[in-house]
Amino acid sequence: MADRVDRDLNRFRQIVRGRIKKDLRKYMSQGELIGRQGRRYVSIPLPQIDIPQFRFGQKQSGGVGQGDGDVGDPIGRGDGQPGQGEAGEESGGHAIEVDVSLEELAKILGEELQLPNIQPKGKQNIIAEKDKYSGIALVGPESLRHFKRSYREALKRQIASGEYNPDDPIIVPIKGDMRYRTWKTKLQPESNAVIIYSMDVSGSMGTEQKELVRITAFWIETWLRSQYKSIDIRYIVHDAAAKEVDQQTFYYIREGGGTKISSAYKLTLRMIEERYSPDEWNIYAFHFSDGDNWGGGDTRECVELLRGQLLPKLNLFAYGQVRSLYGSGRFAHDLEEYVGRAENLVISEIADRDDVYDTIKDFLGKGK
Amino acid sequence: MRNTRLPPDLQAAWDEIEGYARGYGLDFFPISFEVLDYRTLYEVAAFGGFPTRYPHWRFGMDFDQMIKSHTYGLSIIYEMVINNNPSYAYLLEGNEMTTQKMVMAHVTGHVDFFKNNMWFSHTNRHMLDAMANHAVRVQKAIDRYGYEPVEDFIDVCLSLENLIDYHAPFILRPESQTNVPVVEQEDEEQTVALGLPVDKPYMRGYINPPSFLEDQRKKQEAERQQARNFPENPQKDVLLFLLNYAPLERWQHTILEIIRDEAYYFGPQAMTKTLNEGWASFWHSEIMTKKAARASEIVDFAEHHAGVVGTSPGRMNPYKLGIELLRDIEDRWNKGKFGKEWDECDDMETRRNWDKKLGLGRQKLFEVRRFHNDITFLDEFLTPEFVLDQKMFTFQYNRDTDLYEIASREFQQIKQKLLFRMTNFGQPFVCVQDGNYHNRGELYLKHRHEGIDLRLDYARDTLRSLHKIWTRPVHIETVLDEKKQLWSFDGRDYSERRID
Repeated sequence: MADRVDRDLNRFRQIVRGRIKKDLRKYMSQGELIGRQGRRYVSIPLPQIDIPQFRFGQKQSGGVGQGDGDVGDPIGRGDGQPGQGEAGEESGGHAIEVDVSLEELAKILGEELQLPNIQPKGKQNIIAEKDKYSGIALVGPESLRHFKRSYREALKRQIASGEYNPDDPIIVPIKGDMRYRTWKTKLQPESNAVIIYSMDVSGSMGTEQKELVRITAFWIETWLRSQYKSIDIRYIVHDAAAKEVDQQTFYYIREGGGTKISSAYKLTLRMIEERYSPDEWNIYAFHFSDGDNWGGGDTRECVELLRGQLLPKLNLFAYGQVRSLYGSGRFAHDLEEYVGRAENLVISEIADRDDVYDTIKDFLGKGK
Repeated sequence: MRNTRLPPDLQAAWDEIEGYARGYGLDFFPISFEVLDYRTLYEVAAFGGFPTRYPHWRFGMDFDQMIKSHTYGLSIIYEMVINNNPSYAYLLEGNEMTTQKMVMAHVTGHVDFFKNNMWFSHTNRHMLDAMANHAVRVQKAIDRYGYEPVEDFIDVCLSLENLIDYHAPFILRPESQTNVPVVEQEDEEQTVALGLPVDKPYMRGYINPPSFLEDQRKKQEAERQQARNFPENPQKDVLLFLLNYAPLERWQHTILEIIRDEAYYFGPQAMTKTLNEGWASFWHSEIMTKKAARASEIVDFAEHHAGVVGTSPGRMNPYKLGIELLRDIEDRWNKGKFGKEWDECDDMETRRNWDKKLGLGRQKLFEVRRFHNDITFLDEFLTPEFVLDQKMFTFQYNRDTDLYEIASREFQQIKQKLLFRMTNFGQPFVCVQDGNYHNRGELYLKHRHEGIDLRLDYARDTLRSLHKIWTRPVHIETVLDEKKQLWSFDGRDYSERRID
């Protein structure tokens, strides 16, 4: 029995994958997936995966119900917007939600965008120690007492000695019955990665621009998580000065003032020096801005920072330039001109949501 | 395969309950219970109750959705029973004894219904075997022609699965006979409209006035036209029409036939949902409260029962409607609240205290379970008193507020709406109007519009499915926003146009 439904379930998942793949560009341009993110699953709405048949549109039909209330009292909410929607054109309808694990999603992403797997850099993959509770011992701390095993020992002993009475099954363990969990320490090779996001939050970056960053970041994380065992994520915002913030602040903070990109690069560099030794960590730095930078040589400083110090330490430096009404978009050109040759630097422009797909391809397509 | 036989305590409970049920006069096939863990139970449920079905992704989808809804605590299946002889029923492992007993009692009601309700009389009682055979035949097609072509074709068939004639098993319709030769009888004598025989020549003008002769002629012409039509009369069993006339390969024919068989097998269950669930609930309630439940179990039972018949404003619970209406019938026939005298009495006080002590309730109930389906059941027994008592209402969607609102508490409206929802099981009436439309072998279906439009997006995709089978352009005539329309798909493009 079991294998039959598993067969159909697998086939169903395969179909779902196909659908997602086909519409990946659409899904990638929507922020809604992010809102549906659980710890390990994303729930993806799939319209019309069910079998089409001649059937009635719902809204005209109404129905019969039961309970209190007067004529005209509302009993439930429709699924559309009030006053909108054409008759006979029920959109959405029987959309079902399918849970897709982040791993699976990353796989789909990888296949569809043809992303190469990342080779963790350096020979010195970190060896991590890990405790695993795998054994049983006769002595140990009470906190590790294995209740079931202890109970079973006591039961065995009492049955063997004839003390056990099935009609009055009271089990009294003695010291010799006690069993405790023990652990072994295992050494495991592990590759760690850190993502450092920086974003320009000066006045010219609006809500839509930040949303673009948020969506892009979601897909970056989805992919990198599938490639590394554990990932640290740090967030830096900057206008004329840079500071580290948490995720929430990162996406919603709004500052005024000018823009000095070098401040963020300096902070990134300091973070790396303090915490993430390039020998032990795979480091990814993503920087988003609308391309405006302070005059007076700040761009030159950025280029020097990148070339001289940052790039050699990083797996990848990616610069995403979000189009805004106010931004000049100059910075991308400058970077391209002065450091464009560096092989671990990627520059991509994100004009609107449709570009997320291509940007991700640019960013992650290098296999770094 | 693990042992799913009943453990001794459940077996004892079953022996007891089976005794009570037979004592009440329930007449059921032998029932074989199996205890399943929840995963396996949902597997079986996804397969429509059968352990073996042909491979298809939708079973996987149903399973996925059911498990998810179970995990989130939104729904739980307690029981599953299939119409087969012997009947198979499944219990969920780990349920309390009270629940298991209630489920067993409920199942006896269902199986009694399967066996005795006349709408089930034509169903295959060896469906378990038939389903397994279907699976083998589909598998053979897969081995021979590949997974995807077969799957695609199953999708196509399922998309048309509701286009059957649910009453067909009881009516011998001429057009449903296979291989009716379509004969063109051009040489047939040109019958001239002669009018009625007239003895006296001078009477001719009076007996057969020219207008009458003209009518006769037209009638004959129409009859001749009709004989040339293909099919002769609109045919509701669209699947059968396709089986007979669509250019199908042998394996495709087999698969379409399988889908149609299964649709007819499941048809009566959809046709009697309210009555069947009501009947089963009536009996689990009767058996448990009067016989099987111990004093210590009664609270648990009450809780479960309340869950089964619980109501929510936006939906009629078929369990609730069924059981209440059956109880109402029992009460009315016990007290003699029927017949001419009762109908003509309009004194509320007399009506309320009416009791002729006839005691015919049980007998009536068994009669209802034998002859009725949901439609006739409600049509015949729904009364204004009942509707009032049950606080029933109709609701409508209000586009301005995006809310469903209570529309009426009028008896006639409620009854009409209830019946409408059930007519053809809430499926649109669609029939084959012309298999040689435009004299170009195009297929012309007609949707008999009864106030509700079809879903356009679904209809488009369904036309696509239909085209895959028919291979020539396909059309469906329907009504959208009160305008008559013809939707067509010619293999490449859709078109929608108004016709008048």
